Amino acid sequence: MNRPSYPLLLTALAALVCVAFIASLLVGPSELGILDSLKNLYSSEQTAASIVMQEIRLPRAILGLTIGLTLGLSGAVLQGFLRNPLAEPGILGISSTAAFGTVLTIYSGISTAFALAVPIAGLGGALAGVVLVRAMAGPTGSTLSLILAGVAVTAMAGAMTTLVLNLSPNPFAAMEIVFWMLGSLTDRSMTHVWMTAPFMLAGWIMLGSLARPLDTLTLGSDAAATMGVDVKRLQNLAVFGTAASVGAAVSVSGAIGFIGLVVPHVLRPFVGSVPSRLLPASALGGAALLLAADVLVRVIAPERDLKIGVLTSLVGAPFFLWLIHRSRRNEL
Amino acid sequence: MNLLSIRGLSATIGKASILRDINLDVAEGEFVGLVGPNGAGKSTLLKTSLCLLPSSGQIHLSRSDARSLPPLERSLRVAYLPQEREIAWSMSVERLVWLGRAPHRAAFRPRSPEDQEAVEAAMKAMEVDAFRQRSANALSGGEKARVLVARALAQRAPLLLADEPTAGLDPAHQIALMRTFRDLATQGNGVMACLHDLGLAARWCTRLILLADGEIVADGVPRSVLTSERLRKVYKVEAYCAEHKGGPIVQPYDLVPTEAP
Repeated sequence: MNRPSYPLLLTALAALVCVAFIASLLVGPSELGILDSLKNLYSSEQTAASIVMQEIRLPRAILGLTIGLTLGLSGAVLQGFLRNPLAEPGILGISSTAAFGTVLTIYSGISTAFALAVPIAGLGGALAGVVLVRAMAGPTGSTLSLILAGVAVTAMAGAMTTLVLNLSPNPFAAMEIVFWMLGSLTDRSMTHVWMTAPFMLAGWIMLGSLARPLDTLTLGSDAAATMGVDVKRLQNLAVFGTAASVGAAVSVSGAIGFIGLVVPHVLRPFVGSVPSRLLPASALGGAALLLAADVLVRVIAPERDLKIGVLTSLVGAPFFLWLIHRSRRNEL
Repeated sequence: MNLLSIRGLSATIGKASILRDINLDVAEGEFVGLVGPNGAGKSTLLKTSLCLLPSSGQIHLSRSDARSLPPLERSLRVAYLPQEREIAWSMSVERLVWLGRAPHRAAFRPRSPEDQEAVEAAMKAMEVDAFRQRSANALSGGEKARVLVARALAQRAPLLLADEPTAGLDPAHQIALMRTFRDLATQGNGVMACLHDLGLAARWCTRLILLADGEIVADGVPRSVLTSERLRKVYKVEAYCAEHKGGPIVQPYDLVPTEAP
């Protein structure tokens, strides 16, 4: 198979991200023309249109970009780090604890009094999750004990979340919790962007620095250790980088599945299976896909507020089945 | 100069004592074969020398304390070929061999002519250059093994520790590999390899270390280490030992009969 050259692939993915970003700015219930929309994006006047563009659509598009990028990048890093194509950003349990943190604020009613309590509690949950996983996996935690700790923490956070749902005082609170958990980018503000940006940026730097070490890890951790890789440091960067960026992403959007699993999986053959090359490709692919999905939920059912997490799972699961089917056929 | 120097090395895994009071040196110009029955502690000896497993005692790599060397410094002094032939992602053969240059390449440093030369020489030595573009999952077991040896050769460390490098290779490639290792030693490097094929070990190594139950039983030139009597005692096999065309031949042919009660 002739695959496209690497710079060409990255350019194409970046172009896709740009198109999807602009589409995300242009699509919405308030019918604004293309030129009108873009003009109002920069206008300093306080018109209805400029408020829609600057305070509703712009943060939504930026969050689509940064959260998609986070999911794609961390998925690629975790698959490379765990040497397992089924790894995804939630595997370390951090998404679940972040989700539990936000659910608690909705349950207790703090979120209605103070809207930013949701992302703050999400980040707190992510931090608690990473501390718990590290403690359970031990200081010299092997890959296997790390995965097992992640499974255990996910199960615990899931149990606590259902307990909260069970005890919720009224059906509306339960409804709000469930809707939040489905994952969405609707009604987020620039404050959400600014609040999560430092965590995501720190996470991206940590994860991005792993590109070369992940290549050598292809030959196993013993071989990598004898090729100059500090395996313990690699593990810390992978865990803390995921906690910071994915924790921040989940605290804003709720859990959005399948992007971190499917995007690296689909793009791997296009980069010759080289982990370091997969990182930027998967980050761009994740951003493009999440932005596109967020446009799609607005186009398919503008009146019903279809949740983006529902859409990605609905499309992602059968797509993943097809991928398994295809790879099985290739092996025969 | 001693590339590897071990004094009073002991290692335990869980509660089992795997190695006890090991003393050995590997000097420039030596191709040391590490032989011994299954479970004698051969792989553990290699891994502890590389600080991959905890141990007590002294380990020096080119006169520096191995445990206090940062991983990158260590990787410039010793290369390792693990027994497990893991290739997690199906990269091309050429790219896999290039991984051996990782210790020499700081982040974002482009490939140097020296890198290129090391990779080409390693691929040629292991005869994998003919299928350099093929991806790893399209390789046979023996081809995969040769690619991984080429990767270790490309690292160009003065010392190479290899765990069963000949397993799964056809006779021609086994001999080619032993010859390559011997040439490395002749050029002033050191090689220590765990080997199960006693015939190859006797013929090609400059020195053999026989390990049994975590202790060194014999250490010296192959002829003095692999005697019929010792093979009977340590391996519980009858072996034919002879001279042929200027080198020793060792061929185990039967089990030692168990003594009647």
